[in-house]
Amino acid sequence: MTEDVHDIRLRVNGIQHTARVPARRLLSDCLRHDLGLTGTHVGCEHGVCGACTVLVDGRPVRSCLMLAVSAAQHADITTVEGLAAADGTPHPVQQAFAECHALQCGFCTPGFLTLVAAYLRDNPDPGEDDAREAVTGNLCRCTGYQNIVAAVLRAAEITRGQDGVPRARPPAEEGRVPEAGGGRP
Amino acid sequence: MKPPPFAYHAPTDLDEAVGLLAEAGDEGKVLAGGQSLIPLLNMRLAAPRVLVDINAVAGLEDIRVDAAGVRVGARVRHAELEADTAAAEAVPLLGQGLRLVAHPVIRNRGTTVGSIAHADPSAEMPAVLALLEGAVEVRGRAGTRTVPAAEFVTGPMETALAPGEIAVAARFPRPRPGTGTAFVETARRNGDYALCGAAAAVTLGADGRITAARCCLISVAPVPLVVDLTDHLAGRTARLGDLDGAAAAAAEQADPEDDIHAGADYRRHLARVLTARALARAAAAAPAAVADTYTGASR
Repeated sequence: MTEDVHDIRLRVNGIQHTARVPARRLLSDCLRHDLGLTGTHVGCEHGVCGACTVLVDGRPVRSCLMLAVSAAQHADITTVEGLAAADGTPHPVQQAFAECHALQCGFCTPGFLTLVAAYLRDNPDPGEDDAREAVTGNLCRCTGYQNIVAAVLRAAEITRGQDGVPRARPPAEEGRVPEAGGGRP
Repeated sequence: MKPPPFAYHAPTDLDEAVGLLAEAGDEGKVLAGGQSLIPLLNMRLAAPRVLVDINAVAGLEDIRVDAAGVRVGARVRHAELEADTAAAEAVPLLGQGLRLVAHPVIRNRGTTVGSIAHADPSAEMPAVLALLEGAVEVRGRAGTRTVPAAEFVTGPMETALAPGEIAVAARFPRPRPGTGTAFVETARRNGDYALCGAAAAVTLGADGRITAARCCLISVAPVPLVVDLTDHLAGRTARLGDLDGAAAAAAEQADPEDDIHAGADYRRHLARVLTARALARAAAAAPAAVADTYTGASR
């Protein structure tokens, strides 16, 4: 059959995008191929591995289990590219993953970062068991998870240390292009 | 691992959605949370010609709690229902089942009614509906009909929904006074489909003895397997040793199959052990004080 094509508008990391996509385009593929946001990784493509996790209206979801046309009904999508501050300062979760060596190959990392960022916003003071439970839906084949759990706890510590409350995201700049190299100062 | 092509509609009105679905006949599918349907599309196990996305349809987004129980609209996500304290208070088995449904990230998108309409024999929420003797509200071109849980799921991933019909809500009745409930399961990994799961509802009389008991087993039969254990347990206390006979009787009704995850014998063993555990927990959760207002008449 001929492709059913739709023109959609997606707000991703504070930036309004338009795309022309087939109805069957997965949100994960739309982010990567149509919008060029390749930070979102695609692993199993049936909702098991968690690598493609993004935030839809602030809640973590599997972008491989969502159609891009359905995603366009929502207000806002945050990918791993949208976690760092506008000036390039890493998100506390990114800083903690680096400090704790919570990644090796990095393939699963975008999924963990988005998941944990949302988790800590809702649970700012997790214990070790809570941290382990929080990441059970995401697979990592390198680390054995020990350092990931440590990073969740460290990220909570960093967030608390800054101002005692989870950090508010700086207002997004319309049309901002993410800097090369992650914009590390 | 990409979906096959389909025509996509996102109506905002229920009649329009029903019309589109009716036109597509048996080549149409409803898309709600997509946490079961999209994996099937990605793996090309399903290839509907038309998808009707109901995520923008008005009137399907409510959780309503009243004297009868909890009515859950077709757009309500598992996570929303899990977070609803009034619903949890009215029907505690909802929360007991929901926390076992996959992972929180899946529950953020997946819908409770969608899970029931998908009718996977390993899924928790069809079992919750079956154990509570709830019902599904179904809308088609001919109007709305209410299908009791026992008649809704007809086989593995098969339901009483006719082509062109949408499950618009599920109704979970409040348990009878003096009733406690529990849901336990065993899975290889946290969040996986259960190798076996058991939900139980136990009603205690004023003297603390059992007046009614039922269980519902998942992953060991083509449909959620409801077993009335009242004959085995009426007049008994809910000490673990007292529950063994009933648990064995429930497991005897199970008809599990071998697969790569577990053998049939092991699943039958789990059915027995988990039924006993669920009955004990349900009895412990039964509010004894309410029991004096209850005559103890057995159904």
